[in-house]
Amino acid sequence: MNESNTLGQKLDSIDEYEREPVAEGKLQGWGKFLGLYAGEHVAGTEFVIGPLFVIHGVSAPDLFLGLFIGNILAVLSWAFLTAPIAVKTRLTMYWHLRRIVGSKVTIGYSLVNALMFCILAGAMIAVAATAIGLPLNMTMPGLDDFYPNSVEWVVVVFFVGAVVTILAILGFEKISEFAKIASPWMFLLFIACGVSVLPTLGCESFGDFWRIANEKIWTGVPVEGQSKFTFWHIMVFSWLLNMAMHIGMSDMSILRYAKSWKQGFASASGMFLGHYVAWFASGILSAAALREITPGPIAYMGAGVIGVIGVVITSWTTANPTLYRAGLAIQAASPNWKRWKVTLVAGVVTTLAACFPGFIMKFFEFLAIEGLVLMPIGVIIITDFWVLPRMNLKSNLAEVVKVTTNWAALFAWLGTSVFCLVLIFVAEIEIFFVGIPGIAVASILYILSSKAYQKRFTQKSYNTENIPK
Amino acid sequence: MKTLLSIASILGLAFTVVPSFFVFYGIIKWNVHAKLMILGFVLYFGSALLAAKFKKETNS
Repeated sequence: MNESNTLGQKLDSIDEYEREPVAEGKLQGWGKFLGLYAGEHVAGTEFVIGPLFVIHGVSAPDLFLGLFIGNILAVLSWAFLTAPIAVKTRLTMYWHLRRIVGSKVTIGYSLVNALMFCILAGAMIAVAATAIGLPLNMTMPGLDDFYPNSVEWVVVVFFVGAVVTILAILGFEKISEFAKIASPWMFLLFIACGVSVLPTLGCESFGDFWRIANEKIWTGVPVEGQSKFTFWHIMVFSWLLNMAMHIGMSDMSILRYAKSWKQGFASASGMFLGHYVAWFASGILSAAALREITPGPIAYMGAGVIGVIGVVITSWTTANPTLYRAGLAIQAASPNWKRWKVTLVAGVVTTLAACFPGFIMKFFEFLAIEGLVLMPIGVIIITDFWVLPRMNLKSNLAEVVKVTTNWAALFAWLGTSVFCLVLIFVAEIEIFFVGIPGIAVASILYILSSKAYQKRFTQKSYNTENIPK
Repeated sequence: MKTLLSIASILGLAFTVVPSFFVFYGIIKWNVHAKLMILGFVLYFGSALLAAKFKKETNS
C-alpha cells in the first residue's frame, strides 16, 4: 500500500454524517456552540464591517441602538427558525432540502450556495492577505479597487488560500476546537486595539467617550461618494447580515449537532461579542486611522505585530467553517465525491475569489445579495415544515411522490428572486431592505404554488411509508 | 499541570487586554503595550493548546 493510498483512505474515513441524521453520541453541548459562534462572528471581516459603518456616516446613537435591536432579531431567528428544524431532522440543510424540492433543484441551489460561500470565505482570505502583505510592503487595495492590484497580492492570497483549505479538509471537530481556543483571545484583541488608539482621537477618560464617539468616530457624515446609513440600515443590516445562515437555514448543518433547539441562542455569543463590541472597536480603529479601512494596517495601528497576527487568525477561524459549508453544498450536488475532495474544489474557487479585493470593498452589497439569493429556499424549508401540514398539504413532497423537481418550490424561489429584483431596480428600494418583504413573498408563493401543484398527485400516489413521522 | 496551564492562559489573556487600558490612562507607552501583547499571545496560545492536547490524551 503506497503512501498516497493511505492518505486517501484516511481522508475518506472522515465521516461527519453528511447524508444521514447525526448519531445521538455525537451531539454537542452549549460550550461547543458558544465557542463556534463566537469564533465565527468575532472574525477578520469585523475589521472591515466596523470601518464601513464609519465611512457610511452612521451616527453613534443610530449605531448603538440599531445593532442592539438587529442582533436580538438575528439571535431569535437562529433560535426559533433554524434550530428547531435542525434538531428535529438532524440532517444537513441540503439533505433535508432534497426531500422537499427534489434532487435537481437541490443541485441548482447547492451550486449557487457553494459559490456564495466561496466568495464569502474568499473575502476572509483577502482580509488575512492584507495582514500578511504588510511586512512585505505590499500595495494595499483601495476603496475603489475591484481587480487584483499587484502580483504580490495574488501570491499572498494563494498562500493563505492553500493553508485555509488544508485546515478545512481536516474537519468540523478540529475547526471547532481551534475556534473555541482562539475566540476569547480574538475578542480581547479587538477590545485592546480599540482602547489603545482612543487617546489618539483625544479621548482621555471613559466619561469623554460618548462625546468623542459623536464628534470623531461615528460622526453622521459619510465619506465623499459613500451613501448615508441610518438607524434602519444598521438594524436591518445586523439582523439580515447572516440571513443565509438563519432564515436561509444553512446553519442547520451546524445546529443539527445541538442537543436542544435552545442552543440556537448560543448565536448570541457571536452577535454580541462580534457584531457589537468588535464592530465598535474596528470602527474606532478606522476613525483613528483617518477613515482607512484596510484591515491589516488598521490592526497594526492598534496592536502592532499581534494586530497583524490577529487579523490572520480571525480570518482563518471564519473562513474555515465557511469553506466547510461550501464543501457540504458541493457535496449535495455531487454525492459520490468525498468531503475532502469537494472542500479542495471549494478551496480553489475561494482562493480565486479572494484575488478580487472588490469583494471586501463592496462587502455590504455582497452580503445583501447573498442573503436575497439564498433566503427563499430557507423560507421554503420553514413553510414546508410548519405551515404545509397544517393546511393538509404534504411536507417533503419530492421524497413522498418521488419527483426530482418540486415545481412549487422552484416557482417560489425564482418568483421571490424576481420580486426582489423588481423592488431593487424598478421600485429603487435599497438592497438592504428588500429581504423583509421577500421573506413574506417567498412563504406566500410557496403555499399557493404547493396548493396548485399538489393537486396533480392523487392520494394513491403518496407513498405513505415515506411520509416522515 | 492543569492548574499551571490555566493560570498561564489567564495571564496570557490579561497581557493581551490590560496594557491597552494602561495606554488609555497614559501609564505606559503604546510600544510597551504592543510588546506585552506578544507575551500575552505566546502565553495564551502556548498554554491553551497544551491544555487541549492533555485533555485529549486524558480522554483517550
